[in-house]
Amino acid sequence: MDFQAVFTKPHLLFLLDGLLVTLEVAFLAIVFSFVFGTILGILRYTKIPVLSHLAILYIETIRNIPFLLVIFFGYFGLKQLDIDLPITTSVIVSMTIFTSSLIAEIVRSGLNSVDRGQTEAARAQGLSYIQTLWHVIMPQGFKRTIPPMVSQFVSLIKDTSLAVAISLPELTHNAQIIYNKNFNATIPLLLTIAVMYFIVNYSLSIVSRKLEKKLSY
Amino acid sequence: MDFSFLDVYKDSFIHGFVTTIEVSVVALILSLILGVIIAIFRISRVKPLEWFGTAYVEFFRNTPLVIQIFFFYFGLPSLGIDLSKFMVASLGLAIYTSSFIAEAVRAGIQSVNKGQMEAARSSGLNYIQTMWHVILPQAFKIIVPPLGNQFINLVKNSSILALIAGGDIMYAADEAAVDYDVIPIYIFVAGLYLLLTIPLSLAVNFIERRWAKQGSR
Repeated sequence: MDFQAVFTKPHLLFLLDGLLVTLEVAFLAIVFSFVFGTILGILRYTKIPVLSHLAILYIETIRNIPFLLVIFFGYFGLKQLDIDLPITTSVIVSMTIFTSSLIAEIVRSGLNSVDRGQTEAARAQGLSYIQTLWHVIMPQGFKRTIPPMVSQFVSLIKDTSLAVAISLPELTHNAQIIYNKNFNATIPLLLTIAVMYFIVNYSLSIVSRKLEKKLSY
Repeated sequence: MDFSFLDVYKDSFIHGFVTTIEVSVVALILSLILGVIIAIFRISRVKPLEWFGTAYVEFFRNTPLVIQIFFFYFGLPSLGIDLSKFMVASLGLAIYTSSFIAEAVRAGIQSVNKGQMEAARSSGLNYIQTMWHVILPQAFKIIVPPLGNQFINLVKNSSILALIAGGDIMYAADEAAVDYDVIPIYIFVAGLYLLLTIPLSLAVNFIERRWAKQGSR
């Protein structure tokens, strides 16, 4: 095992470049899938005809196929339709499409967990359905979505490594380039990037636990 | 939509479909065994076991599956250990999934009233007997739905085999994509995965609803 090959300056900088791409893609995908997933989740919760059915169809199809397939769709599939996205954009789009289906389910079950009496009481006070949703149900429901939402984001960060299949220059891909030239550095490199992913994801989990404690009465 | 790729690649897809199922089932069995052992470590009063269990869960939950697969596939040969692709995939998936199963099992076990353990122990059962005959049967209902979801994830995650040319559904798609339009191929592949995951997902929902109606115990 050749640990020296990992800890040279150019190699470390190259890995950090990869980590930056990973973080950039993950950050944007988290923001977009939070917005899109929340909208989908609310649509499914509200049971508006047609719209909520479309949301169900979208959610159930996308969350039941492998993410790798979505990546291939978003890259090779779109190419065939003459939509030529830069690779980074393509991965962000694929991640948003996939993760928002999972976020939607988290949002829906959060909203469902709010006692029905809350809706009835708010409506009886004269609030409209939208007002009730916005001022009464969502604030209570969202609190409960934080832990599953954060673990979904941890999954998302881990899943960026699947973009290695289409050669996005992220952390795993850059590590692969180095160990393809130094066979004996394979294990040290994989361990190094594992630690890098771990640090990012574990810190996120800790923040989530703190947040959860702060928000619970 | 032109599905003529099936004329040439039908056998690859049948073989891939079978491989995906085989890998998923083998990995599920292995991850159940590993997951239960790790869960018992985590709640153990023996500190080193507890630390090991916690480190195992946190490490594997927070690092990408790709790294674990690459470790077995590219890393171990540099130490002179060569595993078959099937073994690499089963082991990688099993280790990754077991960290999630361990958490589900631990949560289930801890949801059983502490008095049960005390009563069983004071009736003369030893720790293992108590676990097996008293705690685990009661924890079962709480554990099964998240386990079902993990199995669905496992089936989807098995598509990672395509990254090491492992002969699963996704790999058959990669092969066919060389000569044919990708979009019909991806749609067909999505259908194959849905054929596996939707029934599982319906089964999980059914069990959850049924048990919720009966009350937890």
